[in-house]
Order: sequence, then C-alpha cells, then structure tokens
Amino acid sequence: MQVSENDHLISVRSEVLSQFKQVAEEQNRRLAPLVDDLPLLESGLDSLCFAVIVARLEDMYGVDPFSAADDSPFPVTLGDFVKSYENAAG
Amino acid sequence: MQPGRQVSLWNALTSLGGTTNSALCGAQARVALSDLVHGSSLGGRCEELRGRSVLIASTDQLAAALALVELDGVARRVVLCPADLPVRHLPFVMEAAEVDAIVTDRDTLGPDIPSVRNLVTVSAKIVPADVDRRPSHQTEWILLTSGTTGLPKLALHTLASLAGAIEYAKNPEIVWGTFYDIRRYGGLQIFLRTILSGASLILSNAKEPMTDYLVRAGAHGVTHISGTPSHWRQELMSAEAHRIAPEYIRLSGEIVDQAILNQLRCFYPQARIGHAFASTEAGVAFDVNDGLAGFPAKFIEQPDARVEMKVEDGSLRIRSSRTAACYLGRVEKTLSGPDGFVDTGDMLELRGDRYYFAGRRDGVINVGGLKVHPEEVEAVINRHPQVRMCLVHTRRNPITGAIVVADIVLDREPSNGVRHEIFELCRNTLARHKVPAMITFVPALTVAETGKMARQYA
Repeated sequence: MQVSENDHLISVRSEVLSQFKQVAEEQNRRLAPLVDDLPLLESGLDSLCFAVIVARLEDMYGVDPFSAADDSPFPVTLGDFVKSYENAAG
Repeated sequence: MQPGRQVSLWNALTSLGGTTNSALCGAQARVALSDLVHGSSLGGRCEELRGRSVLIASTDQLAAALALVELDGVARRVVLCPADLPVRHLPFVMEAAEVDAIVTDRDTLGPDIPSVRNLVTVSAKIVPADVDRRPSHQTEWILLTSGTTGLPKLALHTLASLAGAIEYAKNPEIVWGTFYDIRRYGGLQIFLRTILSGASLILSNAKEPMTDYLVRAGAHGVTHISGTPSHWRQELMSAEAHRIAPEYIRLSGEIVDQAILNQLRCFYPQARIGHAFASTEAGVAFDVNDGLAGFPAKFIEQPDARVEMKVEDGSLRIRSSRTAACYLGRVEKTLSGPDGFVDTGDMLELRGDRYYFAGRRDGVINVGGLKVHPEEVEAVINRHPQVRMCLVHTRRNPITGAIVVADIVLDREPSNGVRHEIFELCRNTLARHKVPAMITFVPALTVAETGKMARQYA
C-alpha cells in the first residue's frame, strides 16, 4: 500500500500531538487546546516536558530537529514545532 | 592484623600449622595450603626475585594466588594484573612500577613488552623446594584501578594496609567463594581472609560463565561468598543460583540497595547478609550487618575509631591505616588531602539516622541545571518486583542539555503494564527531573570485569 505525502504529514502531526497529551498527563500539566498558533510557552508544558517530548520523538523518527548543525531557532508556536518534525521526518 | 608485627603471607600461613584440608581451588587444579609451606609454584626460583619489582601477569587466578603467597616478603613489589588488563597498557604499568621481573603462566605477553632481568613461569604444579623464605622486604602491593578512560592508576598498598580489616584467626571450616578477580581489591580481600585464617577459596576461572562457577562453588560446599550487587543480580538471574547454600553473603564495590538485600534474603534465607564499604584507594571502611541499605549515621565522626570518617562537600572522606599510600607514576601522587583524609568521591545523603550512598560525584547527570545521580534512580526502579537489574544513564537533549533514561532487564517478557508501573513508581518517589524520560527493556546489561555496571560518564 502506498502512503501518500499527505498521510505521512497527518501521521507525524498526530504523533506529535499525542506526545504532548501523553507527557502532559504524566507530568500532571493542564494542556491548553492544541491549535497551531498556540505559543509553546503558553501550552501548559515546561522545559522538562519539552525535553521528554523531543527525546521520545527522536526515538520514533530517528531525528532531533533542534540539535541539527544549522542554528535554527527553537519553534515558538505549536504549528512551528509540528512543522519542524514534518520537515525533518519527511 | 596486629600492628607492628612484621609478617609475610607465607609466615602467616606457616604459623597457622596443620591446614591439610584447606585449599585454593581453580577450575583445573587444587592446591592444599599445607603444600605451599614447603613447595613452590615458581619452580623453586623465588630467590631470583628477591628485592625485585615483580609483575604478576597470569591468566589463571590460582597461579597469581600461589605467586603472591611465595613473593610477599621476598619481592620489593608485586604488581597485580587482572586478566582483562589490555596488553597495550603493560609497558606503562611496568615503567610506572619500575618492574624488573615478570611472573607469568602465558607463553607470550604481547608485543612491545620491555625486557626484564627475570622471567619466571608460575603454575599450579607445586614442586618441593627448600628455598629461603626469610622475609627481607615489606613488599609493596600495587593494585591497578581502571580509570573511567585511559590508563590504569597504580595504587600502592602493603600487606598491613590490605589486611587491616582482617582478624588473624584460624578457621579452616570456611570455604570462601568470590565472583571477583582476586587481583582487584574486593577479590584480594577474600584471598587474604582465606590465607590468614587457613580457610579454602574457590576461584573463578578466566572468562568462566557464572553458571559454571556456581556449579563448582556448590560442589565445593562454599560457605562464604562475596561479590558486587551487579554480580549478585546476575547470580539471582542464573539457573544455577540454587547450587550454593552459603552461610554468609557479602556485597561490596557498588551501592547496595534494599531490593538486592531483600531478594538475597528471600532466596538464601539461611544466610547472614552483610555489605561493606571499601575501595582500592580508601581501603575497607566499615561493614553493615543489619540487613538494611545505607549505614548508621553514628559511624561518622567517631573520634577514636580505627577508621575515621567524615562528610565534606557531600562526599565520604576516610582516614585510616588501610588507605593506599600513593599512586605510582612518573610523579608519585598522594591520595589524601592535607588532613590525611581520602576523598572517596562517593556522595552521601542523610535520611533520618542513616546515611545512604547517592552515587559517584563524577557520574552526576545535569538535567537543566538540576543534578541526578543515576544510582538513586536505579535504586527506585530496582524496587519493582519484576526488575532484575537496570542501568540509568544520560542522553543529550536540546532543551535541558541532558535527560535521564533507563535500560531495564526484567525477569519475564515486558508488557505495557509493567512499563506504566515502573514510571508510576518513579513519579511517586522521585523529583520530576529524576524520572526517566524513557524506559527501554533490554535482554541483558554489561557488567564490567570489575563486577560493576559498565557506566559511561558524560
């Protein structure tokens, strides 16, 4: 079965969002509604939560888009964050 | 050991008298202690080695044990090479210890080995030899400690400093076993206990699987046996753990957590279980025999104790006659600070009236500026009844610099349920930054030749 580019992006997005929910639950954090323009700093998660999310996504996709050699800035919104993985894991 | 008494190992053995039934046993050979009184494992050539700095580089532990009995008091120095010492380190060790003689059971030692004045073969075949046993030297015993990277360090001891915690009392009924190599501090303690009490010792063979050793130890009726917590976790995972029924179990060399003490108590209900704090540099500091992890706070800062201990900057410091005198090398380095205390680098936490070891100072993981000792996380994970052993380590992270992750060996096939339970256990017990971000179930973990978990310090 062929997986279309679109299906791939949907699956990356849903995996990222599911990690946000999972880690929020584990860390007893109240998660803001997950919309693309949500600033990460207002998501209800702190840096330790993001550290865990990034580590788990690295295990899943084999990439850590934020440790790449080019000094790309850490994403500001949830949409940017998802896009980093869509690009890196594509 | 009684202070001020000049003795050699051979003197001590001789003064015990009638030790016919006691023996040192390897996988291939058995040597009665009584045969060592008038026999030689060096083909009667021990006099050639008088006053020399002798490298003992044997594959067989039994051969090394026999050479030590013969050379203490005769050689100026004995340098103890564990079987796994990389051959490429030998030239460095030989230069640092001014080695001018080699005792070995190997055909060749390897390339680039400097030539020495005497090369003597050691074997478990004891030949009658009427050689001069008069002790002429207070032999320096050089123990190699594996640095986390690079070259070994050479710690200088004497029989007196090594045997400081051992009573000279004849007890031929005891049959010792140890998972350690006797060329390392933990194993050497057991070897010396054996000789100084006229007991027996069952030695493991080079590369011998734990199961084979347990079968032999069981067949010889081992009564006392020692190893690191990692050794004991492997032992309990082995199908042959039931082969032995020891009266006494001793743990040392790594942090002893309550889980391993409880598991050993369950499996060997008849055994007394003790753990000791000792290191190559600091010597034997104390024994704990109350079945609990950690040690009573009152052990610290007892003014008249033979081993003085204090806690400074969070780490245990020890001053006693049992510490190593110095490191050998191009420049001799003292081990202790100006006040004579050796910093063990082992960090302590006081909880109630007991101190607990938190981990090594140089093993700390820094999670976004907050410190985590891997060992304290391991102690929590080890409490889960399905966990056999685990290794907590660091992984770099772009957000917090590092995070904590855990590799875990279970006693059965992993399930999502157990992963969840272990996470819950950690979350309920540990600060957030100490909870592993990820858990990986693995079939086995590497235990180094030292008997300690193989850790890579960041």
